Amino acid sequence: MPRRALLLKLLSAAILFGAWEVAGRIPVSYAFPTFIDSMRALLEMFADGTMIAAYAETLKPLAVGIAISAVLGIAIGLWVGLSSVFDWLFSPIFVVMQAAPLAALIPLLVLAYGIGLTSKVLVVCIMAMPVIVLNTSGAVRNTPESLKEMGRSFLASELSIILRIIIPAASPVIFAGLRLGISAGFIGAILAELKITPTGVGDIITFSRSIADYPSMYAAIFSIILLAVLFLNLLEKVETVLFEGNQRGYVSD
Amino acid sequence: MSQIEKLIMQPDPAALESAVSVRHISKNYGPVEALRDLSLEFPRGQLTSLLGPSGCGKTTLLKIIAGLLEPTSGEIEVNGRKVTGPGPDRAFVFQDFALMPWANVIRNVGFGLEMRGVPTSEREAIAERYIRQVGLAGFEKSYPHELSGGMRQRVGLARALAVDAEVLLMDEPFSAVDEQTRRKFQEDLLGLVQNENKTFIFVTHSIEEAVYVSDQIAILLPRPSRVHEIIRPSSFRNKGVDNIRRDPEYLDIVDQIWASLRSYVE
Amino acid sequence: MIVYGYRLPGMSSLLLWGLLWEIVGRAGLTFFVPPLSEVVVTLFQVLGTAAFQKALFETAYAFVAGVAAAILIGIPVGILMGKSRLLDELLLPWVNVFLSAPLTALVPVLMVLFGFGMKAIIVTTTLFAIWIIILNARAGVRQINKSLVEMARSFGASPLNAFFKIYFWAALPEILGGVRIGIIRAVKGVIIGQLLISIVGFGALFELYSANFLMAHFWAVLIVLFALAFTISEFLAYLERRVSYYAAKR
Repeated sequence: MPRRALLLKLLSAAILFGAWEVAGRIPVSYAFPTFIDSMRALLEMFADGTMIAAYAETLKPLAVGIAISAVLGIAIGLWVGLSSVFDWLFSPIFVVMQAAPLAALIPLLVLAYGIGLTSKVLVVCIMAMPVIVLNTSGAVRNTPESLKEMGRSFLASELSIILRIIIPAASPVIFAGLRLGISAGFIGAILAELKITPTGVGDIITFSRSIADYPSMYAAIFSIILLAVLFLNLLEKVETVLFEGNQRGYVSD
Repeated sequence: MSQIEKLIMQPDPAALESAVSVRHISKNYGPVEALRDLSLEFPRGQLTSLLGPSGCGKTTLLKIIAGLLEPTSGEIEVNGRKVTGPGPDRAFVFQDFALMPWANVIRNVGFGLEMRGVPTSEREAIAERYIRQVGLAGFEKSYPHELSGGMRQRVGLARALAVDAEVLLMDEPFSAVDEQTRRKFQEDLLGLVQNENKTFIFVTHSIEEAVYVSDQIAILLPRPSRVHEIIRPSSFRNKGVDNIRRDPEYLDIVDQIWASLRSYVE
Repeated sequence: MIVYGYRLPGMSSLLLWGLLWEIVGRAGLTFFVPPLSEVVVTLFQVLGTAAFQKALFETAYAFVAGVAAAILIGIPVGILMGKSRLLDELLLPWVNVFLSAPLTALVPVLMVLFGFGMKAIIVTTTLFAIWIIILNARAGVRQINKSLVEMARSFGASPLNAFFKIYFWAALPEILGGVRIGIIRAVKGVIIGQLLISIVGFGALFELYSANFLMAHFWAVLIVLFALAFTISEFLAYLERRVSYYAAKR
């Protein structure tokens, strides 16, 4: 069966890219290049180094923002999940942030912090952090009661219960939150580059649009989507390797 | 309410030394009275079942003995020492196994020892011994999800045995496994009671199971819970595991217990 | 949290944060944070202005149109994917890709394809919402109890009947769950679209306020937006709980 699955994946990619190629040849719009033209533009930009330089620029706020969001988000999430006082105090903020279109804060961030790296990092943070916090705290709260009782009955200290039982039990959901957060972080990073000042990949997109070089524009967009998806898949693989027991569901099911 | 103690065909209970004493335990959840003034003695080296309809507080009592719940009033003594919380003298076997899904069998079994600061190599040696004893040799590196329900509970049992506590607390340990596995477990449990010098406290809602495995059966009745009756089967224990279920005394006791419980079943 | 035996309502800490906001604003620590009271007063002024009402109307229009498209396309596609293995294997990888892809990168494309206006914003909104709706409808159909389908067949239900009387209802809790998350994403999508195509709706309003340093106005509109988004999400969660009541019993 894995053969069939692989074949179907290839077929499905061929259909989509084929449709893209056909739509580009008709063309459905003056601004719709063919798939082959876009890929050629992508290769050219990699070959002459534009793409590499652009990613060096784009990944800076993204990496810093995601690192801050992950560390701070998981820490706050653990804290909120373990203490009912902090739960009461902080949960509503993150619940509202999670539901709210935080992108609307961007003009304000630009006013307050200018158009530099700080603003862009903050955009990534406000997009990525709420889901990380909420997933972590929810997972900590939902640790199966019998596992905690098991820990206590075998004389685990409070700290051991947190480190050896609550955190490992919560880690699948924390990782899921991390993936969602990173996905939102990518949205934030691109949004920042398109909205605040065109830099990196956002610059390629904006500039090639302004000179009507559509293949380059599509190539840049294609590459950032590809990067996000590959990165998230990589994270999932890392998780399976690091935490062998994670994807197995609970034994008490 | 006064407790009725009926003793059937039974050696003098005063001659048996108690490992665990439950004295005047009450437990309230807000206005709800879960247990009222409950007293009970658990003889050393024997298996006592707590049997009763659902909602009779048998698991609550077991968790109070384990030190996982605080009684509202009354006290528990284990080997003459008052219980204030979980202790090394008691080990718990959970109804839903409570295995850590991220840890393999040997780490799950060694958990209690790990919490006691036993160094890794020694811990693994002890864990391996008990894994073998419960019949799971070869599964040391398996994860819980790779095991059947019965095998998972064997891991839970090995974990409890590994810390070598004097008292084993078992909360409906076989209720989540299939009937055949359950029968095998019951036979193995009789062997354990005989060979290990431990005191077993066993919560169950199955009348047949309680009569089959117990030296002493405490029947609890609900709302609020109290001990209705204590039964000590005696004649069929040494006749071999295969003969118990056709022993006349076994059948009589099963019928008798059903007679006193049937009015409490909705 | 429980204080002296009294359970504090879940969201009550927001009052405390509001108070903190007021203090920070009054202390004049930063120009960007005016006191909450001032923001609230401004809020009521802003609500009456033509610019705000126009922005609200345009946003609501794009939002409703985008969500409607996402639901009308997403649910049938999801159900079909749940029922047909071939279709599922062909589409699922792409649904997953777009679910986690940075869709903001696609907005410039939508702008050149659909023009600098409403249409591009509607498509952005749809793109944000549709993938999770598809995935959930698919998951809903796939978890349908087999014996329920067999029951329908044994009582002689036609395929069409079975579709509307069994599949749709049996998958409804999951479908609604997907619609709820999709709508929350759509709120974000419609705002992101407006920010990038900043001549329409709140995008234009934000440009106006920040260009003129009208901080209180800015915060007032933010509060309205966040409150609306939160209300929508809570209302949908409430609806979902009503439905999962029967779902839990099936």
